[in-house]
Amino acid sequence: MRAFRYARATDPGGAAALVAGEPDAVYLGGGTNLVDLMKLGVLRPGLVVDVSRLPYDRIEHLPDGGVLIGGAARGGRIMRDEALRRRYPAVTRALLSGASAQIRTQATVAGNLLQRTRCPYFQNTATPCNKRDPGSGCSAIPGAHRDLGVIGTSEHCVATHPSDLAVALAAYDAVVEVRRPDGAEVLVPIADLHRLPGDTPWIETVLEPGDLVTGVQLPPPPSGAVATYRKVRDRWSFAFATVSVAAVWSADEVALALGGVAPKPWRLTATERMLAGTDPTDDEVRAASRAAFTDARPLPDNAFKIELAADLVAAVLRDLRSTGAGR
Amino acid sequence: MTDQLRGDVVLRVNGEDRVVNLDNRSTLLDALREHLRLTGTKKGCDHGQCGACTVLVDGERANSCLLLAVAAEGREVTTVEGLADGDELHPLQRAFIAHDGFQCGYCTPGQLCSAVGMLAEVADGVPSWVTADLTTTPDLDDDEIRERMSGNLCRCGAYAGILAAIREVADG
Repeated sequence: MRAFRYARATDPGGAAALVAGEPDAVYLGGGTNLVDLMKLGVLRPGLVVDVSRLPYDRIEHLPDGGVLIGGAARGGRIMRDEALRRRYPAVTRALLSGASAQIRTQATVAGNLLQRTRCPYFQNTATPCNKRDPGSGCSAIPGAHRDLGVIGTSEHCVATHPSDLAVALAAYDAVVEVRRPDGAEVLVPIADLHRLPGDTPWIETVLEPGDLVTGVQLPPPPSGAVATYRKVRDRWSFAFATVSVAAVWSADEVALALGGVAPKPWRLTATERMLAGTDPTDDEVRAASRAAFTDARPLPDNAFKIELAADLVAAVLRDLRSTGAGR
Repeated sequence: MTDQLRGDVVLRVNGEDRVVNLDNRSTLLDALREHLRLTGTKKGCDHGQCGACTVLVDGERANSCLLLAVAAEGREVTTVEGLADGDELHPLQRAFIAHDGFQCGYCTPGQLCSAVGMLAEVADGVPSWVTADLTTTPDLDDDEIRERMSGNLCRCGAYAGILAAIREVADG
């Protein structure tokens, strides 16, 4: 690991000035992904600015029925919030499905959203990777891509975003609070936070140097909505999603977001339009789900994800609508 | 502080403040083992995947291999050495012995710290991935214990004994 300087931020302005002022400075939250990538030599920061002590760890239930979760809130804290568990079951289940308990307790919300892909070639400095080493090529496309993306990818990168939480936040139309280095606060819809790889896969979000994710706003869930998160994976626990879905269903609207298929949480907008206000059969849900993959670019070993996603969405909506729980 | 690559760090471990001079790259795990000589906490994968290094930080279980020691300053760290009350073993330690919750013992300190943190989570109403109802107090059946302990691997496969030991303590 490269030697680095460490600063514990006491105010956001000071933290932003440090990070914005150095090209190889990074923010540290829980460190559960960052420290691992530093050990692997994938990330080599010269300055680590610890923002985990800044006062952004609140969980605030708002009068309009929404909730605000601070960017520095750790999973251990979030899971102890009974009202959040009751009102946002898809967020709760997504968080509980991720990683192990030891990692969940420490990881922060901001770090969860900004964690890096688990593409094996990104994590292996001995192999080419356009995300880690721009222009070096993508090892995954001709290599082991079975776990990687089928839509939103490019000829330069097929990495997926690994977060479960982000998928659920996308289904609830969450908004990310960002503090700019000049102190301005901007709101970024979660759908706009992550960028698709295109020909610049190393640029993963719309954030600029020094931007700090200070929180996530969850709007009130739709009236009468039932919601859940379901995750298909190779191992029953402590594994990343092969395909996952967050679903929020109410009488006249439906929100569906997928994990494990794309470089960002993938909203099935076409599917949602087809299903809203209907009483669909499983086959109709499958057909509507497939319609969201018109622009997919599956690879030989991961094309199965499209049909798996269609089956998963159908199963989850069937269970949600019949029992109100889609676990 | 920002022009230094190392410095004095005050770690609060098992109720005592300990000052150690550390390279910023030191993990909490390495600080405990190599500098404080608290070798109960074990290094397994060193990448947060096996749970052998599990300690309690501010009462919550954490992989000490993924925490920078300098970032743990001011947080309350409890290691396996801090579980017993003098010569009186923690109930989970006694139960692990009674139920053969180990073979080689390498994962055991992590299993113990993890189980302590896990039972505290349950007491606080924290559900798990296998909890059916997110709004009621979780019923800690065997599937719940397995899921909640999935961050602790045992290469000897002593899971049956580990499960029985935790079950006994959970049931009081």
